Amino acid sequence: MFLMIKRSLLVALWFIFLTFPLVVIRVNTVEQVIEWRWMNMVAVGIGAFVINMIRMHMVARKARALPGPKKSAKIGELWNKLVTTPRLLNPTLGTVALLTLAFPMLVSAYGLQTMISALIFIMLGLGLNVVVGLAGLLDLGYVAFYAVGAYAYALLNYHFGISFWIALPIGALMGSAFGILLGIPVLRLRGDYLAIVTLGFGEIIRLLLENWDDLTFGPSGIGNIPGPTLLGQELSLTDSRVFIYYIVVALVLFTIFVVNRVQNSRLGRSWVALREDETACQAMGIDRMKVKLTAFAVGATWAGMAGVIFAANTTFINPKSFEFWESVLILAIVVLGGQGSILGVILAAFVLKLLPEYVRGLGEYRMLFFGLAMVYIMVFRPLGFIPSTRRKYEFQGIEELEEA
Amino acid sequence: MFESEALLAFMEYALIGLRKGAIYALIALGYTMVYGIIELINFAHGEIYMIGAFIALITASVLTMAGFTGPAVLAMAMVMAIIYSGAYGFTVEKLAYKPLRHAPRLSPLISALGMSIFLQNYVLLAQTSDFLPFPNLIPEFEFLEPISHIFSSADLVILTVTAVVMLLLTLLIQFTRIGKAMRATAQDRTMALLVGIPVNNVISATFVIGSALAAIGGVLVASHMQQINYFIGFIAGIKAFTAAVLGGIGSIPGAVLGSLVLGLTESFATGYIRSDYEDVFAFLLLVLILIFRPAGLLGKTKTQKV
Repeated sequence: MFLMIKRSLLVALWFIFLTFPLVVIRVNTVEQVIEWRWMNMVAVGIGAFVINMIRMHMVARKARALPGPKKSAKIGELWNKLVTTPRLLNPTLGTVALLTLAFPMLVSAYGLQTMISALIFIMLGLGLNVVVGLAGLLDLGYVAFYAVGAYAYALLNYHFGISFWIALPIGALMGSAFGILLGIPVLRLRGDYLAIVTLGFGEIIRLLLENWDDLTFGPSGIGNIPGPTLLGQELSLTDSRVFIYYIVVALVLFTIFVVNRVQNSRLGRSWVALREDETACQAMGIDRMKVKLTAFAVGATWAGMAGVIFAANTTFINPKSFEFWESVLILAIVVLGGQGSILGVILAAFVLKLLPEYVRGLGEYRMLFFGLAMVYIMVFRPLGFIPSTRRKYEFQGIEELEEA
Repeated sequence: MFESEALLAFMEYALIGLRKGAIYALIALGYTMVYGIIELINFAHGEIYMIGAFIALITASVLTMAGFTGPAVLAMAMVMAIIYSGAYGFTVEKLAYKPLRHAPRLSPLISALGMSIFLQNYVLLAQTSDFLPFPNLIPEFEFLEPISHIFSSADLVILTVTAVVMLLLTLLIQFTRIGKAMRATAQDRTMALLVGIPVNNVISATFVIGSALAAIGGVLVASHMQQINYFIGFIAGIKAFTAAVLGGIGSIPGAVLGSLVLGLTESFATGYIRSDYEDVFAFLLLVLILIFRPAGLLGKTKTQKV
């Protein structure tokens, strides 16, 4: 106990030292005055002390605890039980479906808007999951394909009056075309070199959107993008929102279906092989180039579609919506969820998109906690919320056979 | 003195490029050293650079108001920035990366991005979101007066400091005990541990040294640009990282070469083609070089083993 207090005091002192010039002193360079905020120093000291005490207490308790089944394993068991018992599964699915259908009537317009953007991010997360989670290609410029989809719809509508329903497949096609366009030059690159080139590609697209005024209208963006039509009828803004909500739900279900089917197909298994070991995968006769290109193309298709929906939903787009941080957010969804795990991605998309809304009470401290949460979720669950399970072909051990 | 306007313009662009490259190099070294030793893209590195600039600004302002003047202020600001950036680098490594040493490769990357968001907002809240005017700490040299329109004192200071720092770093890595330990850890961490190298301390030292270099870069840029805000670390970080990859990530001479190439490309592209597309040219160059040399300019192509 004494040791704990001593260590925590040292930690508190270190953080006071660390934060002193930035948190305590504020200089006003215009009026040449220095503001000393001593209260902040006290707050930092006490905060660091208390947090470290709690941390050390938890570490000590963990060391004392008996090595039993982990909590995550328990959750996994519960999940398995739920999925395999129809008596439990059917009512659960029914409730979820009912809640999903009734959702627009239950919440305010703002809540609906937030939910739509969370659902769009599920689509993006599942798309990037194919590239990063399954094929193991680190893509830091994914938002570029999202931008391609959004601008495809906005520009086609502006110039040729093309409607949402025609733009949706066009956006998807444009996305996959750009995916291949990016894929071809980077085929030879591995690991982090790939990451920086995709980042560069994303930035090039954004800078083109910002500076090529004749085509994209530059930073002022494009407005008055119409929503989707229902059987040829234009809808009012509120109805259009609700309609978009149902479209996104349907598309998310479609995405889950496709990803789930592809995952266990020949193609999906070659992606996983590529992720695990590129050289071994090639030696097994898998065409590395083809597999990589399809991963990029499939991933980008979903981003293109999500982009079209985004444009229809916000009715206004400009390059600001497609900055590097959006790519980071999507990547965070994939990694926090557990790479390759569909359920994990959905959970992480909800957490990352809805969490900032719920902690709005924290006001300007929101992003501070968001960053910290990203660090600590990774520290405590390095494999993500729901680590993906790999298909295994179980082999009955000899001992078990003998027992039987 | 010069034969034509064109030559003068060329010289000017080359100097701007060199100056940019020198600054990128100071930041890129931190990326490349950390990557070389633990294969992590330390996305929070740009933020450390930004914190260095802020510490220097605060120190310089406090000292100026207390009545100090001249190079003493610059020296003091530089020392404080180095100490604090080093301390921040050390703490960030302990909090966000060390617990993830054995996690899958992408986990520390996300934790680094989270740290970067955290540090940006920390400075935003603790200080301000506005651009702060940064005092020009670099003295004007009289002997440069006749050619000051193309080669200013700032150029001289930035290039000299960078060259000296590079030289010291090379000596440190080649000949000192810690340098040897760093190279050993970069080659094979387990083996280094087996021969008695305190690997965790070596990694901490790498972060401290890398952060200190970024701080030097931060102070030089800030006193040249004369304004800073909480967001400057992001762009600088991305550019420096690009430079490090361009030269071959993990290679120290590569980081310097990559930075100079990137700086010169940007400056010539801005000067001769169009200024709006400066960053586009930077990234296009990166893509082109990596297509023909997938491991960067000076990077070694590793033979992949199964």
